[in-house]
Amino acid sequence: MRPLPELTPENTAFWTGGAEGKLMIAFCADCSHAIHPPQLICPKCWSQAIEFKPVTGTGAVYTFTVNHQPWMPDMPVPFALAVVDLDGAPGARVTAEVVNADPESVVIGQTMKIGFLNIDDIWFPQWEPAQ
Amino acid sequence: MTLNAAITGVGMSDIGRKTNRPAMIHLAEAARRALECAGLTRADIDGISTYPGKADNSPGMSPLGTGEVRNALGLKTRWHSAVPDGPSQMAPIQVAAMAVATGQARHILCFRALTESSSQTATQRASIPGAGRARLGGWYSYLVPAKAMSASNWAGWMAQRYFHEFGMTREHLGLVATGQRAFAQQNPSAVMRTPLTMDDYLGARMISSPLGLFDCDVPIDGACVVIVSAADAAKDCAQAPLTIAAMGAALGSQETWDQRPDLTTMGAHDSAADMWARTDLKPADVDVLGLYDGFSIFVPFWLEAMGFCGHGEAKDFIADGNIGPGGRFPVNTGGGQLSGGRLHGFGLLHEVCTQLWGQAGGRQIDGAKVGACGMGGGFIAGSMLLRRD
Repeated sequence: MRPLPELTPENTAFWTGGAEGKLMIAFCADCSHAIHPPQLICPKCWSQAIEFKPVTGTGAVYTFTVNHQPWMPDMPVPFALAVVDLDGAPGARVTAEVVNADPESVVIGQTMKIGFLNIDDIWFPQWEPAQ
Repeated sequence: MTLNAAITGVGMSDIGRKTNRPAMIHLAEAARRALECAGLTRADIDGISTYPGKADNSPGMSPLGTGEVRNALGLKTRWHSAVPDGPSQMAPIQVAAMAVATGQARHILCFRALTESSSQTATQRASIPGAGRARLGGWYSYLVPAKAMSASNWAGWMAQRYFHEFGMTREHLGLVATGQRAFAQQNPSAVMRTPLTMDDYLGARMISSPLGLFDCDVPIDGACVVIVSAADAAKDCAQAPLTIAAMGAALGSQETWDQRPDLTTMGAHDSAADMWARTDLKPADVDVLGLYDGFSIFVPFWLEAMGFCGHGEAKDFIADGNIGPGGRFPVNTGGGQLSGGRLHGFGLLHEVCTQLWGQAGGRQIDGAKVGACGMGGGFIAGSMLLRRD
């Protein structure tokens, strides 16, 4: 069983947007700064006008690792974890498991698209190769 | 500029894996040895400092708080601190240095105690943040639930990106691991002392690519104590005072492991730059280095952060034999955490001090006078220069 994140005012849109198939990212309505992890205040201009907007759900692998160690009982391994620079949200990265691909096939720079895994009230982002 | 603070004593308990000795027993042993080293008694101790303080969210990671240590050891303190946030595992040393420099205490017992090895079971790993909690908050709630559960995953990202940009290979990290093992063979207190060859290293199981088993430090049970004293009080101690010549604690990016714009650098770069800006000493003046090696990849990062070589040059610096036995800039001469065991940086500082006092036995670096220590990985970092006058 994987631990789940607690839902808070700043993160609920991110963790539940997958219910509608959307990757929701926090942006500052005043200066357009992308904020991830999401916050209630823009760290760039201190505006409290934060809005969540769906992004394209694509991006490029900045880096990755293939995890071989079962950190919990009955954790299937190996799996790849990708840190992806988001299209349309400069400076923001989303880290998620890679699915629907051989973990050893992941390379830096490759284009990924988002999918979601629903557990309880959380929709976890998952990356898969765009082609 | 030199701080009005010095290290006057260090002590380490008999460390090991699955010792099944309570943390307080380890701590008391380390404290006794540190007091003997400094030529002090417990009546001289008037301050106590630790990181992160008592914490129950990760089993065995921080079993002792300042209060119970004060009670158990019968200390009469007028200053105490536990630092869960701040400049890494070095924070309690840095905070203590500021406390003695501002006259709030004379001799401060700084400690780190761990029972990670005994506390690790099939269902509970001490090293997983928030293990045992139903719901996670904070920065790691974006990593752990995504199955990026271990710092080895987070360090794996940094290593992968660094390999990609600078052409480092597993063999380079193997030189870090095998070099530190060679040092450990000269250190009776190191937990891993059997020879480690490059073939052993490359043949070991992968943990989180490109990091394998011997790229990861070793969870242990044990405790380490470092005594920080005011400069004038230090003159009366048994050892030559090790003056704190400069410290750095900057954190220049977000508090999390995946958002720093350039993951071929880490908080180390911020803290080390500040440290050098506060001293006339230069990297060329340094004789011995204690660099945080929770994972082997942190060593090249710290080397670059501290300016011992340029950005992207660490692989050649390592391959040229600079950091191992016989090298110009020997790193982690006690075996580090990769072979000595994970005392969360305190063991590295203990070794630097032992070297500066000329007490490192078969692994002694001749004439060591200046030591550099860097603790932390990812976004956390603290840097320190020590000088034996």
